[in-house]
Amino acid sequence: MSLFDWFANRRKAGPISKERQEREIADGLWSKCSHCGVLTYAKDLRSNALVCPDCGHHNRVGSDERIEQLIDPQTWCSLSDQLRPTDPLEFRDRKSYTDRIQDTQAKTGLNDSVITGVGELHGLPVALGVMDFRFMGGSMGSVVGEKLTRLIEQGTRDRIPVIIVCASGGARMQEGMLSLMQMAKISGALQRHQEAGVLYMPVLSHPTTGGVTASFAMLGDIIIAEPEATIAFAGRRVVEQTLREKLPDDFQTAEYLLNNGFVDMIVPRTQLKKTLAQLIRLHQPIESREHTNHTMPPTSVPVLDRFPLTTHTVD
Amino acid sequence: MSNAERRPLLLDFEKPLVELESRIIQIRELAEENNVDVSDQIEQLEGRATQLRREIFHSLTPAQRLQVARHPRRPSTLDYIQAMTDEWVELHGDRSTGSDDKALVGGVARLAGRPVVMLGHQKGRDTKDNVARNFGMASPSGYRKAMRLMNHANRFGMPILTFIDTPGAYAGVEAERLGQGEAIAYNLREMFRLDVPIVCTVIGEGGSGGALGIGVGDRLLMFEHSVYTVASPEACAAILWKDAGKAPQAAEALRITATDLQNLGILDEILPEPDGGAHANPLAAAATLKQALVSSLDHLSTHAAAELRELRYQKFRDIGVFLEPAT
Repeated sequence: MSLFDWFANRRKAGPISKERQEREIADGLWSKCSHCGVLTYAKDLRSNALVCPDCGHHNRVGSDERIEQLIDPQTWCSLSDQLRPTDPLEFRDRKSYTDRIQDTQAKTGLNDSVITGVGELHGLPVALGVMDFRFMGGSMGSVVGEKLTRLIEQGTRDRIPVIIVCASGGARMQEGMLSLMQMAKISGALQRHQEAGVLYMPVLSHPTTGGVTASFAMLGDIIIAEPEATIAFAGRRVVEQTLREKLPDDFQTAEYLLNNGFVDMIVPRTQLKKTLAQLIRLHQPIESREHTNHTMPPTSVPVLDRFPLTTHTVD
Repeated sequence: MSNAERRPLLLDFEKPLVELESRIIQIRELAEENNVDVSDQIEQLEGRATQLRREIFHSLTPAQRLQVARHPRRPSTLDYIQAMTDEWVELHGDRSTGSDDKALVGGVARLAGRPVVMLGHQKGRDTKDNVARNFGMASPSGYRKAMRLMNHANRFGMPILTFIDTPGAYAGVEAERLGQGEAIAYNLREMFRLDVPIVCTVIGEGGSGGALGIGVGDRLLMFEHSVYTVASPEACAAILWKDAGKAPQAAEALRITATDLQNLGILDEILPEPDGGAHANPLAAAATLKQALVSSLDHLSTHAAAELRELRYQKFRDIGVFLEPAT
């Protein structure tokens, strides 16, 4: 084969897809920032919470890694992790929903797009839900609704703060109206949590849109956003179509929402755990704060014993 | 109304019916001109027309139902309110953003002797009206007005009746800037807090979060040819099929009809419509709605506030279908 043929064949093979490119880089030793192009040693990037040390770009984090970033080692206990989606509508677009679920589960190793559980954050007990954009765009169907509702109910029962890290395109169309109703179901659980006087803090990561924005993402006592995250009710393209005009560059970013008064603060991911812990401590009554002061070593009682869980929901 | 006036509002599947009706008119005119008695034949043909109308409207596809739900002559929130109530005073403004959203109307009323708060999306009657009403797409200010009126109802112990009829919440720069997501989210949570009975009725189009923003209640009713969707079939087709032309398939797949929603455990009661749809006989549709609302309120009024809230919570708590293998 001549050198020319080799080039011709390569061209025929087509450009490397973005997904493949990202995967290859992620598996490698070095990672190239999709924002500034600077190469970072993969381990360094990981220890920097997947935030580019050079430009501060926040790369997408999987739910497992997010839990590692936020929860003290050996204190995590996942809840309802056997819950799986099914296909109540027998929905079929270009592909059946059943196949889509199976393929996505095989590809991601996840059952659905949220992981929930209880654990300790700098020694403070929290109920944490983390959405995973890799699973069908973090879309919200019956499983997301049920898992988050159970999580919030547990938070209410045990009077512990609830934190939900959002990353979602919105309601999952393949479950039709069942998905839409999850917005109400979760909001109902949050109403009881609020009435019990317990703290709820959603963390809005990129992207937080649609039905998630129009429900639990916007219902925090304190709402935290990650830098430059897209946070929107209607997608940018929808708004552009509605108005047929060019939109400002910062439209629907975390910074835009901060300016308009819809989020409390923008916190870089590297500061997130510290900030959450500080806020939780600030909302504790004085007497109990002494027991969980961050300067004290984490309590030795495993989280499981302090928050007895029904056995069928524990892994 | 003459045929010429009706034609632009004619739905394609009504065509055989209109052909039959115009033939009846032709025969009648001919008979009059020639002084022939054709009353028997006409009666027969009219019977067939009634039969045909019933058949057509009893076997509508989801896409056809969507057309009926969006019919420009379909009775709107204010039409129903006017037809049902003894008294009605419209109230305005959300008391926060400095505007009054005309796409979402509400006020205090007397229904069968009982003071209530009524509110709902309002579509326009013609182009000019529709521009003022923003085609029934409410802004954050509309949802905040709704919440303000619901809090008002709560304070005075008045039941809340909401009427859903919107393509969706408005998607514009101003709506985003003013927190469309927050406005809807806030209503979803706060409606669980209210101590008074809440009955929600989908009278036309139930479009996604914009519908749900006034849709958390103790009972959900729906007119027979109304639809309630997680996303408009057009948007769904564009996203999942990458082809907006596949909207009829999406309408089918999304399960948007009253019967579908009853099967999914979301809907409490289907309200039958007159043959030819609610727009064919708005007063009959209003009578059906009034009766259903009154009997719902009679039933809900027997519960104490705490009980009502618990039942409302459980109603939504139970919605969802998933697998959970025992471990």
